[in-house]
Amino acid sequence: MQRVFITGVGMISSIGRNVNETFSSLKALNSGISELTLLETIHKNLILAAEIKLTDEELFQLAGIKPQKGFTRTTLLGIIAAKEAVQCSRLNDISNRRVGLISATSVGGMDKTEKVYFNLLNGKSDFIYASTHDCADSTIKIAEVLKIRGHISTTSTACSASANSIMVGMRMVQNGLLDKVIVGGTDSLTKFTLNGFNSLMILSKEKCKPFDDQRDGISLGEGAGYLVLESEEVVLKEMKNILCELKGYGNACDAYHQTATSPEGDGPYLAMNNALLSSNLSNKDIDYINAHGTGTTNNDLSECKAMERLFDCKIPPFSSTKGYTGHCLGASGAIEAVISSLAITNKIIFPNLNFKHKMSEVDFSPTLELKGNVEIKNVLSNSFGFGGNNTTLILSRC
Amino acid sequence: MEKLIEDLKKEIVNKLRLENIQWDDIVTDDPLFVEGLGLDSIDALELMLILEKKYGIKINSIEDGKKVLYSIKTIAEFITANK
Amino acid sequence: MIKTIKSYCSIKNNKVIINGRVDPPISIDGPLDSYLNEIYRSKQLNYPKYFKMDNLCKLAFLTGELLKMEDNLFGINQTEIGIVISNSTGSLDTDLKFNSSIEDRQNYFPSPAIFVYTLPNIMIGELCIRHKLMGENAFFISKEFNPKIICDYINILFDCERLQGCITGWVDVNENNHNCILFLVKKEELNTGQIIFNENTILKLNNGEF
Repeated sequence: MQRVFITGVGMISSIGRNVNETFSSLKALNSGISELTLLETIHKNLILAAEIKLTDEELFQLAGIKPQKGFTRTTLLGIIAAKEAVQCSRLNDISNRRVGLISATSVGGMDKTEKVYFNLLNGKSDFIYASTHDCADSTIKIAEVLKIRGHISTTSTACSASANSIMVGMRMVQNGLLDKVIVGGTDSLTKFTLNGFNSLMILSKEKCKPFDDQRDGISLGEGAGYLVLESEEVVLKEMKNILCELKGYGNACDAYHQTATSPEGDGPYLAMNNALLSSNLSNKDIDYINAHGTGTTNNDLSECKAMERLFDCKIPPFSSTKGYTGHCLGASGAIEAVISSLAITNKIIFPNLNFKHKMSEVDFSPTLELKGNVEIKNVLSNSFGFGGNNTTLILSRC
Repeated sequence: MEKLIEDLKKEIVNKLRLENIQWDDIVTDDPLFVEGLGLDSIDALELMLILEKKYGIKINSIEDGKKVLYSIKTIAEFITANK
Repeated sequence: MIKTIKSYCSIKNNKVIINGRVDPPISIDGPLDSYLNEIYRSKQLNYPKYFKMDNLCKLAFLTGELLKMEDNLFGINQTEIGIVISNSTGSLDTDLKFNSSIEDRQNYFPSPAIFVYTLPNIMIGELCIRHKLMGENAFFISKEFNPKIICDYINILFDCERLQGCITGWVDVNENNHNCILFLVKKEELNTGQIIFNENTILKLNNGEF
């Protein structure tokens, strides 16, 4: 099987329009979670979220597309981040290579559908948005912009979706089905998800506090993250610049509840263990964990229990970066993979924001300060989705 | 109180889609969660929605919810106290 | 070692077919969940949580039950059996139901029990909870059921991962239209009487050719 390398990354979120801005915000400990100013919702003054302070018109400009109907906010975010990843990778000539796109989303075109719903029902207007609702629409539009004509697919597994896109892409390159693949995901803020998570009573009243004993829920976010993966053979032939290696992955089902994780973190444990096995690494080889750490009472405890089991209570430095970016749902796995790659290439561990009180159930806490000049060989990144879909990725320095 | 208890039992069977259970099988003092009817966290949230929709009473946190929703009896007492 | 189809079941166009045998038709009017609930009752299933599921999950759940995995999952270890399912409409059916509970500001009551099902991969969660399956699981969206992509993907899972079994197929719901087929695939020694898992076989079985 071929080794798989990351040659390009792209990202847009509430902490930056691109990877450079993101990195600056991470170092400056600037969170993107604030009051909602763009999304029109009855919860406007009640809930904080990591909203990207750019209107759709501004996103069109960033994406380099003429403003027109038929492009959802989800799609625009995806195009911006995917284009950056491709430029970063200098993916110019794709005509003689087998190049694919595997993208993920959870809301799809819901941002537009919920605005024009009654118009659609009454047969008044905006029919184009009936066809942009589905999850595959953003993938297809990104493929058109990037001129990808090879394998295209869309993953839809909630909060682990883009991590699964990365896993599937890696697998296809490892096994010689593709030479290069653009993988990642995109999700925008919608009333639908805001109301939905609120009905489950898992939205934080303030900025989320991952792993804090007094955590009270998630802060929703929006964004997109993409990576370009290339095979060892192609990288050598084309003398590509490598950012880091995608070493392995693991996926497992928690098989416990539709939205809650098992108390002992069975699914997370299996996913992390499978990732170590697939990377030929042991638990001692992990230098940093970018945790799923959503800030819910349930996830953070289960994830800690799983880490305790896997690392024999010698847990490596870990942090959740959702205190910066919010929980970007389907896009979070890829966004955090991009952040993990920044940790490796810059030898930095980004801290876990908003933490004050150690959890009473465990003996350890996340990293609370920015740590520079750290030898980071292997990073483990977790993404756990509703439905018990748990995925872990391992990225390594070259 | 008796009428309220009967209404609550019917509401629970209907709204939580407890297909194999008759409303009058539900024991008023029995715990609703874990044991007894074995309802789960999503059922708890739906019950809070019923309280708000039908009885106009809002429960603001899951912790408050746990106390109120312990049994049909505690729910009925809560509604009566907060009318 | 080869990959074989141990069991397959489809529920589409009001027809239930289990391992090539067509069930006696159930004649019932009304919306889709009346039909699905009738299948549940006629098979004398006993899983009360079924009634809380949305139509997509009910369809997947029933098809999964009829795969007759018995108690020992055809001898496959639960951490080594994965699930890979796809559809075209995602969770659209339930998305619309949830949206209608939040659209009217005068009658605003978002239902958590409906919101939970506004993700298509929850059906995988339900199958895993039911049968205690803890292997790799993935959900994809595509325009149509694509046997080639499914076979390629699952062959990789078997050859490169630790999977010994996989449930795969297509589960789609759009109002009262339902289209579901699930296969249980197992890695085992070559023997007589087996149905070999490959693109042609999947295509034939999906087209109702037994």
